[in-house]
This record gives sequence, structure tokens and C-alpha cells, in this order.
Amino acid sequence: MSMIRRGFVTGPVLGALWMVVLSVTVAVAMSFATGDAFRPSILLSLLWGALGGAAVVFFPRSLLVQAGLFVVTAALVLAGIGALQTGVSTGPFARLIGAALLAGTFAVSLLPILKEVVPGALNRHEFEGAVIRFLTGFGYIFFTAIVLIPFYVMVMTSLKNQSQLIQNPLDFSIDFSQGADLFRSYGELFRDFNFGTYLLNSFFISVLTVFITLAFAIPGAYAVARLRFRGQAAFSRSILLIYMVPMIVLALPIYIAFSMTGLRNSFVGIVMIYPVTTIPVALYMLQGYFRGLPSEIEEAGLMDGLSRLAVIWKITLPLSLPALASVSLYVFMIAWNEFLLAFMLLDDPTRFTLTRGIAALNSSEIPRQHLMAGSVIATVPIMALFLGLEKFMTKGLTAGSVKG
Amino acid sequence: MADVHPPSGTGPLAKREARLAWGLLLPTITAVAIVVVLPLLAIFWISFKPVSLSDLRAPEAVVREDFRGGPEIAGDEATIRYRLRNSSQDRPILNVSFIDTLPEGLSAQSLDERCVLDGRNLSCVFGDWEPGFRDTLTIPVVVAQAYFDNDERPRDSDAQIVGQSSNVLTNDEFTLQNFARIFNGDEFFEVLWVTLFYTVFGTIGALLVGLFAALLLNKSFKGQGILRGLYLFPYVAPVIAVAFAWLILFDPFSGSVNALLVQMGVSTEAINFFGERPLALIMVTIFEIWRYFPLSFLFILARMQSIDTDMYEAADMDGASPFQQFWYLSVPQLLGILSVLFLLRFIWTFNKFDDIFLLTGGNAGTRTLTVNVYEQAFAISNIGAGAAVAVVIFGCLLMFSIVFLKYISREEGL
Repeated sequence: MSMIRRGFVTGPVLGALWMVVLSVTVAVAMSFATGDAFRPSILLSLLWGALGGAAVVFFPRSLLVQAGLFVVTAALVLAGIGALQTGVSTGPFARLIGAALLAGTFAVSLLPILKEVVPGALNRHEFEGAVIRFLTGFGYIFFTAIVLIPFYVMVMTSLKNQSQLIQNPLDFSIDFSQGADLFRSYGELFRDFNFGTYLLNSFFISVLTVFITLAFAIPGAYAVARLRFRGQAAFSRSILLIYMVPMIVLALPIYIAFSMTGLRNSFVGIVMIYPVTTIPVALYMLQGYFRGLPSEIEEAGLMDGLSRLAVIWKITLPLSLPALASVSLYVFMIAWNEFLLAFMLLDDPTRFTLTRGIAALNSSEIPRQHLMAGSVIATVPIMALFLGLEKFMTKGLTAGSVKG
Repeated sequence: MADVHPPSGTGPLAKREARLAWGLLLPTITAVAIVVVLPLLAIFWISFKPVSLSDLRAPEAVVREDFRGGPEIAGDEATIRYRLRNSSQDRPILNVSFIDTLPEGLSAQSLDERCVLDGRNLSCVFGDWEPGFRDTLTIPVVVAQAYFDNDERPRDSDAQIVGQSSNVLTNDEFTLQNFARIFNGDEFFEVLWVTLFYTVFGTIGALLVGLFAALLLNKSFKGQGILRGLYLFPYVAPVIAVAFAWLILFDPFSGSVNALLVQMGVSTEAINFFGERPLALIMVTIFEIWRYFPLSFLFILARMQSIDTDMYEAADMDGASPFQQFWYLSVPQLLGILSVLFLLRFIWTFNKFDDIFLLTGGNAGTRTLTVNVYEQAFAISNIGAGAAVAVVIFGCLLMFSIVFLKYISREEGL
């Protein structure tokens, strides 16, 4: 441990690891952007990264060192012995961009990472600072990649056709020259697969679920948060317990009951079930919020002769609009994304929700750009809603409860 | 002198408040009782019954009526025919009878001994029908002019048939077969092991990755809000969309990841990520981590931002290094939320169904208990066995909940 905490060790080690991170990132990014062959060489990355790290540690830091790092790294790549390897078929232009990208990111970021690292012994602060800066850089790249790549693949796949997809799976580019033709799988979904109806169904069911949930949860949450009655503590605790009952356990009896009563394939059935799955979490979130409201205002209202119900309606609810918004958004999200019950209870294509409609697209006869276009259609509204109201959502979520 | 005591017991005001509270809670309690508690009781009931998917359709006495002979003028002869059938091949129907109304102007020539004709009202009593019972009842009639003057035809009035069938869901037949079946053999232990692997690693992974993400974003800089929103995407998007996106990304034939791995020289041939043991199990666990790290991230970040910064400044003055500060200052503060998140996520991951079902359908060694419920009930159409697995899940859940309640009481304010 004390050995590694010397600048002449720390610098090359972090430099080597950083080069690996960058070369993998650039290789993946370039492969996806151009569809050409780019690959990182781990061994050469370690070697050149270590030398770069050493250079930064031993030379006085200046623009000159950065320029040197840039030139050497780029030259090595272009010479074919760099951290980033290119295939024979890779065009010179793509190769140049790849080399410049790797060299640029490496030269720009290595100096700040090794900011306080000097050749001799480092104190813990300097050493850990460097490690943390390295981890931070890695973290941003890592998280952005793991989140964006699947979503990008979803959008990109929906804009291509089957032969393009199979021809070169590495080609992540979108051919904008086709114009409106780009969106033909969306058009086909709405025209031939009834996605307009599914969208409406999903929307209708989700909104109804939100209203029913609020109608049940608001009085319940108020009672648990404000009123004293025997069993209050036990009740507020058992709310979460109900939320832990797995849906699949409930789904079986519900399926049986609905099959026998003819409620399968009906909105009534779905709208009977969805709110009950969301009431506990809504109740839990709201009661947390109600507890945080100053009770003096309500007491003043009571003194002025309002009844309890009038107090709830005229004082508590207007004060809790932000909480109501976040709970509604959350409930909407759950209902919109719900898959299991819709899958089990709906067989009639005119009554499908979006998620059930997408599940129906998952067959070998339907090209997969349709499947992905369906996924995009289901994802975009909820994302837009969520991004628009993100502040409410994160606050409401963390203030009230969690959901799995 | 009268003793003066403070009022004891519940006064009228308190009583009124309690009444109001229960009144406000009543709708919720009712709804939850119907949709949660009732099915839970039902699942115990079903788990002791030999029910299969086909039993859900109760045996039905079916009667089809047609009018044969095509009479054209008064005096023609024709036949009213009733075809009778038990829709079930394996269960009898008891005490079957039916009534029907004949149209005006038909006079029956002869009558089956099981039937009586009272004016135009025909009623027949059949007794019990065997499984798979079929019979035809014919009534020869002579047509009078009144029949042609009238629009009423024999098929206009539906024959009303009644009969009692024994329903396996409600009869008194109980069996332990379902449990014997699911506990029998190594399969159950494999399912249990897969569930535990998925749950433990999925939970811990999501917590650690979430912690890492929270540490990254626990400083204010430009674009922090955007990144936070971005990192929440996997959690907010519909599971069906992201699961299919992953399937396409990791497709063995035309998936980008395989093409990339081959090109980078990591692998020489395509890897079937979701179709091979034990890779599939690892992949679904990684998917679980990917999908739920945002949740832990959100909660850990919220907790971090409520920690007083003075403490860190003091530690800085005393020369504590960043890692020391993290380990000795942040971690103890975060332990509460971490333990609660662990318990909650553990239970929810244990109960997770959609993700694995969509990714692998429980194939390639990824069948967890929840997927097993579905498999038993719908793939093998043995609802009883599915219910038995559900009972096992519920038992585990009860166990976890006891642990959970013990801790949550200490960690209120989640």
C-alpha cells in the first residue's frame, strides 16, 4: 500500500488504467458511430497509458506536455501500434477521427486526474484524490454508457429495416436521408396494428387508476397521519406489508375469478385491480407528507367551525398539491408500465393496453423494428412526463416510499 | 368531598375522531380486502385442489334446437330436434332439465316420455348426464295455418336448460398432491437456488452500483440535474420496452454486443447471452441491477444531501483523507437507509416476475419461484401446483416481513 502511494507508481498505474477505460470507450463509440472495425488493445493501452502517466508525473505540467501526449498517442494509433487498433477496412478518415478522439480525451483528462501526484511519496490526501478523480471519470463514462446504449438501440432499431439490422449490427448510425420514410414502422404500427387504440386504452386506464387511487388514498392517508385511533401504528405499518405481496401470487386467483365471472378482457376488471395495487404506496407517500404539514393551520380551521372533512378539502388538499402531483405521476407510471396483469387478463386485441400490445408484437413473424417502435411509443410519453416533472417525482419518491 | 380525577377512558371527542378515522379508512380496507386478502385466502384453498386450467370452464349442459322438414303448407309434417350434450368429457352434470316454448300452430304428434307439453310450454326432465353425454330429442309435429300466419319460429325462443355440475374449485376434494409435486425432486431446489442467487446478487449489486452513482452526483455542478434524470431512466421506462431492448442488444445472431465482442477479439463466436447456463442467470441478475440501481441511487443521494457538511469540514481540518471520510463519516450515516433499502429490495427482487419472464421465460436455468408459479399454472396448466408454489412464496415473504418490521420500526422515516 505504501509502495503504490508513491507518485512514480501511482502516476503510471492510473495512467494505464485510464488509457484502458478510454480506449474501450473510444473503440465502442467509434464502432457504433461508423460501423467499422475498431478495437482496444488492452496490453498496448496499459503500456502507453503507463508511459503517459509517468510523463505527466516527471515532467513539469504544461500545455507542452499535453500537446506531446496528444501527438504521441495519435501517432501511435495511426502507426498501428497504439492503444486503439483499427481494421484494414477502416477508412483513413474514420481512423484519423478515432486517433484524435482517443489522444484528445487522454491528453485533456490525464493532467487533472494526476493533479497533485509528484514523483516522491504522496500523502493520503493526494493519493486518494487522484484515485477518486480517476473513479469519477470512469463513473461518468460507465453510467452514461449503460443507460444510454439500451435506449439508443431501441430508437435506432425502430428506424431501420430487418436487412439493415442483420447486415451490420455494429452500425448505430441513423440514415436521415430517407426523410419521413424513416418512421415507417411507426406508421405501420398505428395503421395495421391498432397502436392508436392501445395508446388510448393505456392512457384511459392509467388516468382512471390515478383518480381512483387518490380517491381512496387521500382520506386513508389523512386518517393515518392526523387522527388518533386505536391500531393507528399497526395500520400505518401494515400498509407497506400489503405492498410486498407479490403480484404473481395474487394474479392466479384473480385470473380464476375473472375467468369465471367474465371480467377478463374488460376494462372494468383492469380498473378494479390496478388501483388496489397502487393505493398502499400512494397512501404511504401521502401520509408522510400530511404528517409534515403544520397541524396548527388545520386546528385553526377546526376552531373556526369547519368540519374535519371541510378542513381536508379546504386546507390540507390545497397545501399538498405538490405531493398530490408526485403521487399521481408515480401511480400513472405504475399503471402505464404494468405488464403482468394486462398480459394475463387481456386476450382481446381491441382491449389491449400498450404493454400488452407490445408483448403481442414479440413473435418471429413480426420484424423487430416494429417491436422496438412499439417500445419507443410506450417509453416516450412516460419519459416526457417524468422529465417534465422530475423534481416532483424524486422528491415525492424519497419523501414517501419505495416501490419495486 | 368529591374526589377530583382527570377524565379517564376515551371521551366523546376522541370517540368521534376514531369513528371518523375508521370511516375514512373503510373504503381502502374494503378494496384491499377484496383484491388482496381474498385472493390470498383463495390461493391457499386452491393449492390443496387438483385444479387444471380446463377446470375453469364449468361443465355445461348444451342444447341446440333446429327445425327440420321445411313445411310449406298447412298440414305438412316436420320435426323439432333438440341435440343435447355435456360439454365436459370428465365430469357429470346432475339433475338436468329444460323448458322451451313452441310457436303457435304446431301440434306435437308424439312426445318423449321425459317431456311434458302443457299448452305450448314444453318441459323435459333428464336426470343426470354422464361425462361426454350426447343425445337427440325429436318431436314430430304437424303444421297448422296459424304457424304461417305468425312470424314466430321454433328457434326464436331459446331452450332454458339447467343442471348442477360439481365444480372442483368449490367441492370438498382436497389433496396434498400439489405440494408433493413441487417439492419432489431436485427441480425445486434448483428453483430455490436460482431465486436466492438472483435475489442476493441483484439486491447487493443494485445497492452498490446505486451508491457509486450517488457518490458521483453528490456535488453540485452544471448538468447535475440532467444526469440525475438520465440515470433514473432504466427505472422509469416500461419493463417490457427495456427488456426487449436488452434482448435485441444481446441477440446471438444480430446483436450489437456480440458483433462488438467478436470485433474486439474478446470472443471468437457469438455468445447466446440469454440462452446458456449459467450465463443467462448472470445476465438476468445484471439486468435487475441495471434496472433498479436508480432507486437505490435516488434514496442514497437524498440521504447524502441531508448530511451536515460541517462534519466533513471538521474532518478535513483534522487531516482525514477522502476515503477515511467516506468510511468513517458517510457510511455510518448511510447505514440506516442502506439496511432499509437492502431489506425492501431483497423482498421485491424475491417477488420479481416480469423481468425474468420477459428476458428468458424462465429458460436456461433462470426459473425463479415466481416464474415457476406461471410455468406450473399456465405452461403445464396445473393451477393447483402453481398455487402451491405461490403459497411457498408467501411463506418466505411472511418470514422476510417479520425481519423487515423489526428493522423498519428502528428506521422509521424512510
